[in-house]
Amino acid sequence: MSEVPENLKYSASHEWVRAEPDGSVVVGITHHAQDLLGDMVYIELPEVGRALRLNEECAVVESVKAASDVYAPIAGTIEAVNSELTAQPELINTLPYSDGWLFRLRPEMPTALNDLLDADGYRRQLDDDSGA
Amino acid sequence: MAKPTPLQAWHQAQGGRLVDFAGWSLPIHYGSQINEHHAVRQHAGLFDVSHMGIVDLRGSGSRDLLRWLLANDVARLDENPGRALYSCLLNPAGGVLDDLIVYYMSPEWYRVVVNGATRDSDLAWLTQHAAGRGVTVTLRDDLAMVALQGPAAPAIGAPLLSERYAIDVAALSRFQAAAQGDYFVGRTGYTGEDGYEVMLPAAEVTPLAEALTAAGVAPCGLGARDTLRLEAGMNLYGQDMDSGVTPLESGLAWTVSLTAERDFIGRDALLKQRTLGIARTLVGVVLRDAGVLRPQQPVRCASGGVGVITSGSFSPTLQRSIGFARVPAGDADGCRVEVRGRELAAQIVRLPFVRNGVATFQL
Repeated sequence: MSEVPENLKYSASHEWVRAEPDGSVVVGITHHAQDLLGDMVYIELPEVGRALRLNEECAVVESVKAASDVYAPIAGTIEAVNSELTAQPELINTLPYSDGWLFRLRPEMPTALNDLLDADGYRRQLDDDSGA
Repeated sequence: MAKPTPLQAWHQAQGGRLVDFAGWSLPIHYGSQINEHHAVRQHAGLFDVSHMGIVDLRGSGSRDLLRWLLANDVARLDENPGRALYSCLLNPAGGVLDDLIVYYMSPEWYRVVVNGATRDSDLAWLTQHAAGRGVTVTLRDDLAMVALQGPAAPAIGAPLLSERYAIDVAALSRFQAAAQGDYFVGRTGYTGEDGYEVMLPAAEVTPLAEALTAAGVAPCGLGARDTLRLEAGMNLYGQDMDSGVTPLESGLAWTVSLTAERDFIGRDALLKQRTLGIARTLVGVVLRDAGVLRPQQPVRCASGGVGVITSGSFSPTLQRSIGFARVPAGDADGCRVEVRGRELAAQIVRLPFVRNGVATFQL
């Protein structure tokens, strides 16, 4: 069963978003997404300072099996990326919600978080995907 | 609906992630394909390969039929009952219909193991050409097949298999097989490691899998099988070669026996190609930059010629991406590969990439 922490927000394309006290947000891919892709071997991250539109392709997570695009779950500017992933892409598999984070973003609109799924909503989507 | 193998329930109990592979339900991995890959390079792993087609040819005409159908020559096996040979099956244009292993068990019995995706077409081809030649062609879909692979495979497998099936497994040399009724053990595989391929009645494969895993063998899926064969420099039918290319364009010239005394299907086409010159060849490619090679990516060679990646993935042993590419013959230096919109630096190398667990090349 996939882990879906209560304190996070989610996109339909399997990114998670965590609101930070300073108003920025941290983004990663969900337990479900890493489980589907399998062992990670190569991660391409955006440049710090890059401005992203909503749903813009901004990173690539590549497993032994396949490459998968990561989409900006909200519009904003990249403030930091997780450079640990270059040497240890498997952190996405082992700790998808903590050490396996991808990047930190400064949202264009602070209210954009409200447009994302909450944990219940994301769980329902996973149920719908698997039950079809 | 994908067909289950006799090990389906066992895969599920082991946490196998089942996928549809050439119409068969098989595990892609049981948690981590990279850990499974390392288990085979360092110790021992077990693969379910029951999707492969086991075909028995029986009758006095079997040898002549195979000499006519295969690009390699089964006469090479004459003095060595139990011996195995790798060969391509060709169409008249020299295109590869399949690649296979043939075991010479007796003058009246050859066993052929073909790919899962091509078993029906191969069976039809063999049956059609066997007509009137004193050969009975039988698909052995009553049997299951597993591969026990890794440096520890002989120490673990030989006593266990010998005791169960009354076959002297310890006496088998590489590329040799022995049978006892419906039990069959060949010292062959698709990983570049030592080990065995075991064919046996379907009802008995689950107890065997349980005994092997209890002895410390890791269950391994299709994912690890692919990265292991890639490191070992072994072609995958349908990806690295198909009916549109010949063995000479696929790094398989060593498996073709072109002699004056033997005719076989595809021979004239191969002779003609050899005379006119072989324009393309299959080579190993190592990515120098970070990224992952994948099939269909364009390759630009130092000579200015253009090729294409046929197989590509990440090598867990080498910790970088490797692949095969079909390139203009003669290119053997640096090249560039277009990976997701970027031109990355790569190097053409001799195959295999990995032998005895270590790289065979230096960048």
